[in-house]
Amino acid sequence: MILYQAIIFLPLIGAAFAGVLSLRQQHVPAEIISVVCICLSFLLSCFAFYDIAITHNQLTITIARWIDSANFVANWSLRFDTLTAVMLIVVTSVSSCVHIYSIGYMHNDNARARFMAYLSLFTFAMLMLVTADNLLQLFFGWEGVGVASYLLIGFWYHKPSAHKAAMKAFVVNRVGDFGFALGIFVIFYLFGSIQFDDIFSDAFMYKGTKILFLGVEMPALEVAAILLFIGAMGKSAQLGLHTWLPDAMEGPTPVSALIHAATMVTAGVFLVCRMSPLIEYAPIALDIITVVGALTAIFAATIGMTQFDIKRVIAYSTCSQLGYMFFAAGVSAYPAAMFHLTTHAFFKALLFLGAGSVIHALSDEQDLRLMGGLWKKIPLTYSLMWIGSLALAGFPFFSGYYSKDMILEAAWASQSYIGQMAFWLGCVAALLTAFYSWRLLIMAFHGKPRCSTEVFEHVHESPPIMILPLIPLAIGAIFAGWFGYQLFVGYDMVYFWGDALFILPEHRAMEDAHHVPDWVKRLPVWLAASGVGVAVIAYAVLPAIPAMMISFLRPLHKLFYNKWFFDELYDILFVRSFVNFGKILWVRGDQGTIDAFGPDGMSELVLRGSDKLSKLQSGYVYHYAFAMIIGVVTLLSWYFSGFMG
Amino acid sequence: MLSSWPILSIVTFLPLLGVLFILLASGKNKSSEHNCKMLAIWVSSFTFVVSLLLYLGFDNSIVGYQFEEQFEWISGSGISYHLGVDGISMPFILLSTFLTPLSILASWYSIKQRIREFMIAFLVLETMMVGMFASLDMMMFYLFFEGVLIPMFLIIGIWGGPRRVYAAFKFFLFTLAGSVLMLVCIMFMYLKAGTTDIPILSKFNLLPEYQFWLFIGFFASFAVKVPMWPVHTWLPDAHVEAPTAGSMILAGVLLKMGGYGFIRFSLPMFPDASVYFAPFIFTLSVIAIIYTSFVALAQTDMKKLIAYSSVAHMGFVTIGIFTLNQQGITGAMFQMISHGLISAALFFCVGIVYDRLHTREIDAYGGVADIMPNYAVFFMIMMLASVGLPGTSGFVGEILVLVGAYKSSSSLAFFAATGLVLGATYMLWLYRRVVFGRAEKSEIMRMPVLNNREIGILLPLTIFVIWFGIFPAPLLDVLNPVVALLSETVSNAQIATASLE
Repeated sequence: MILYQAIIFLPLIGAAFAGVLSLRQQHVPAEIISVVCICLSFLLSCFAFYDIAITHNQLTITIARWIDSANFVANWSLRFDTLTAVMLIVVTSVSSCVHIYSIGYMHNDNARARFMAYLSLFTFAMLMLVTADNLLQLFFGWEGVGVASYLLIGFWYHKPSAHKAAMKAFVVNRVGDFGFALGIFVIFYLFGSIQFDDIFSDAFMYKGTKILFLGVEMPALEVAAILLFIGAMGKSAQLGLHTWLPDAMEGPTPVSALIHAATMVTAGVFLVCRMSPLIEYAPIALDIITVVGALTAIFAATIGMTQFDIKRVIAYSTCSQLGYMFFAAGVSAYPAAMFHLTTHAFFKALLFLGAGSVIHALSDEQDLRLMGGLWKKIPLTYSLMWIGSLALAGFPFFSGYYSKDMILEAAWASQSYIGQMAFWLGCVAALLTAFYSWRLLIMAFHGKPRCSTEVFEHVHESPPIMILPLIPLAIGAIFAGWFGYQLFVGYDMVYFWGDALFILPEHRAMEDAHHVPDWVKRLPVWLAASGVGVAVIAYAVLPAIPAMMISFLRPLHKLFYNKWFFDELYDILFVRSFVNFGKILWVRGDQGTIDAFGPDGMSELVLRGSDKLSKLQSGYVYHYAFAMIIGVVTLLSWYFSGFMG
Repeated sequence: MLSSWPILSIVTFLPLLGVLFILLASGKNKSSEHNCKMLAIWVSSFTFVVSLLLYLGFDNSIVGYQFEEQFEWISGSGISYHLGVDGISMPFILLSTFLTPLSILASWYSIKQRIREFMIAFLVLETMMVGMFASLDMMMFYLFFEGVLIPMFLIIGIWGGPRRVYAAFKFFLFTLAGSVLMLVCIMFMYLKAGTTDIPILSKFNLLPEYQFWLFIGFFASFAVKVPMWPVHTWLPDAHVEAPTAGSMILAGVLLKMGGYGFIRFSLPMFPDASVYFAPFIFTLSVIAIIYTSFVALAQTDMKKLIAYSSVAHMGFVTIGIFTLNQQGITGAMFQMISHGLISAALFFCVGIVYDRLHTREIDAYGGVADIMPNYAVFFMIMMLASVGLPGTSGFVGEILVLVGAYKSSSSLAFFAATGLVLGATYMLWLYRRVVFGRAEKSEIMRMPVLNNREIGILLPLTIFVIWFGIFPAPLLDVLNPVVALLSETVSNAQIATASLE
């Protein structure tokens, strides 16, 4: 029991120590303590995974009271089931690698103890999120990872772009959290509880229940599920609330790997899977999740094709892959979503850390146009990036192959129009994924070096402390799919997940996915291969093609390159207009109306009669006291007059 | 044993005793000024320690008043010297006694003139605040309630900024209108019930048509104090002109007088009217949250921004109170205590940099994190607490209010919850402009780091903000029983009203 609690609280202890040490500028002890804590946490997680997911010793540990007011009760407690166990492994393993990697990556930074503190704090919040046994504690972790992300994106707070991106991330996430919070209220209103156990066991009873939401009568569970999904959209950067994720690349690269690829951004997928017993009874919400996921998958991929910042390409790729996970969940293939979440964590963290290694080698250059020809100089990084890309594109026997194909097959097997649409969009996105991955590889590693000779001379392989943590991630990227297939989505699926995931018997996508026609199984691989082919032809064989395509499809390219103009639109709609609106309210409302008719108007009348300000100043207090005394006197005299009369 | 001591009277009048000592320590030289400060800080700290006895001796299982003291004032008149606390007033008394020494410490060096008078004003203020929360007699309450404002006027009017006259005058105009109406109402109730005893009046069933007018009378006074939209415009000016310590107490305690008044008087004494007026108050509160959040976004003055944010946060409080259910009222109470701590800390954070740079213009700052890293940490925690981050006290209050609000109406919760987004926007933007960035101006480079006195003020506030965020049970246990009874009383009225219709 205490070991289970240690999984969650060791990172907090690490964060506290590192935080205190950072104020004293003691970096090395901070690094050692935080790394040891997180690695211990990982080892314990492995044990917990075996105990919970394999031998099925599920348990809930209550630690302390938190908020209680009548029937609104939320305790601090840790829930360990298979879903939690999977997330524990994902979070602590990637976090351990990133912690170790950061020692090397940040070794020139004079605030690296603070960096380690934030990383550990993030890990703690993420673990609180995945072990929550009620919605409010989940919300605690949810906002906690948001703050950690805010702190880490803005870690280099000197850079205006960094603190701007940090604030953007927090505020956009808050928009999602607004939906999440309302979802919690709806659920509490409906169920009279925010405990998962109560919600899950009672969900079926509210199948037909309607509630009045914003004056409109709506199916209760649909409303709750959609509101929670809005929260998930914010955290997982889905279409509409995605704008913060690319900007979040302002943070140091290890942050991008841990938070904005492997763990935090998948919290939305986790939430949807966690709430599957409720969402299963909300068919409209499921359709919405499918549509949003599928659209995000293709939308982000189109942008990813055109970007030149190496980290942004991978960020849009993350956005797109999260879309896959969501539409898997949307067709009730939660195991497939969780499977892809797990494999994606490994290969995307690998890709990010590899990109970090490239950036490190190039003296902090991130622009693909200024790279090229690096593969001989940094062969280890190069081969690791290949492994990551192969896994991402879903080449046979790499982890992405198992999980992404599973999702596409499930989408096809769901037999609904929306599922079919998701399947086809997913297939196109798979093509684009392979294309932009190899575009990145070729632009970064092949061709002639386009950086200055000075920088190129300096290119060097990263130190072992940055390469070693990539090895386990690479192993994960290669073998996680093969290893996890039977457990997550294969024959052992039902036993493995137990009651951590719930699928209605009539939602058959998951079972039918194993019996799809052969072409459905082969299509994604062929598409990926052709995507690679196109990229190789366009960027290695005939380098004139991209420029030609761009001029040929100028409007389309402009749309993709400018990220579909979401930022510009939001800037006009919200950012500028909100500040202007505030100014108008302040000047016209407060000063122009309330004050003009209220105190200012009156004081003008008074001031006209009085020349001496100072007299007034000392006078009004006495006036006031006088008025009060008169009041008391009046009351007393009233009493006495009544007494006499 | 404890109860044999008149602890409430001691807590109330100890600061006045301190005033007596300060008056005795006459003289104008430096050492006597120092003596005044030392006396003030010792007396107020001692008062806090004594007030802790209220917490330690408080029995959560008793729903009624505790530590009661009652003496006839005018025999047979129904007006008496009656003190006592329940779960609603006790936390406020502790908040007042806790913030007073911190505020005195905050003004240690920043007040340079008339130090003796300043300390006297502060100690008188403390007596008035504690007395108000401890009063169980309407007449006493009224005296303290209005009496609080006199030292506050002086603090703004004498030790304030350049536009202090305007600010204090505005304050005066707004409050006076409300106070007169409330006094008339008190007189009327006295006439009807023959007593001004609060516990008796709380159980006195007034006719609904009387309740209607009385509610309006009290509302006029409390709404200004909260302050509710649209009578909030005195607050930003008062804050901007007030010295740091004045702002701390103003935001920390004085803004809670309105909310306390609603819970202590309006709800139990005019339950039918409370039910009737709830939608009206919801409307004003939602406007307050959204409107003032937008206005805060447009501010260029740090103090004004935080002042406007206070109005928005108080909007949550008034919503919570008039949801009339347990989560709502508990949330409102919690929010008031939490906001007392957070806003005091935030105003002090502004005061810290103001003492160094002598400007409150946001644009004058930037890159403070480099120069004052500890300050950046404290400010960050308080900023996040202010936006209601889970794990800080700000969250507990807000979430309970919103849960309560949803029970009343989903639209109410929807519009109120927009405050979550808007609040984050203006606070993060403020923080970004002040603390982040690169310090380039030489004035900023020269700013000294936090000294021990400043850390000594921020640290206890931070500890309580996080403690109440992670383990709010000590406060919730005090609140829950009494709020449960209160919401039951009011909901009975609600049912009665519904059955009449």
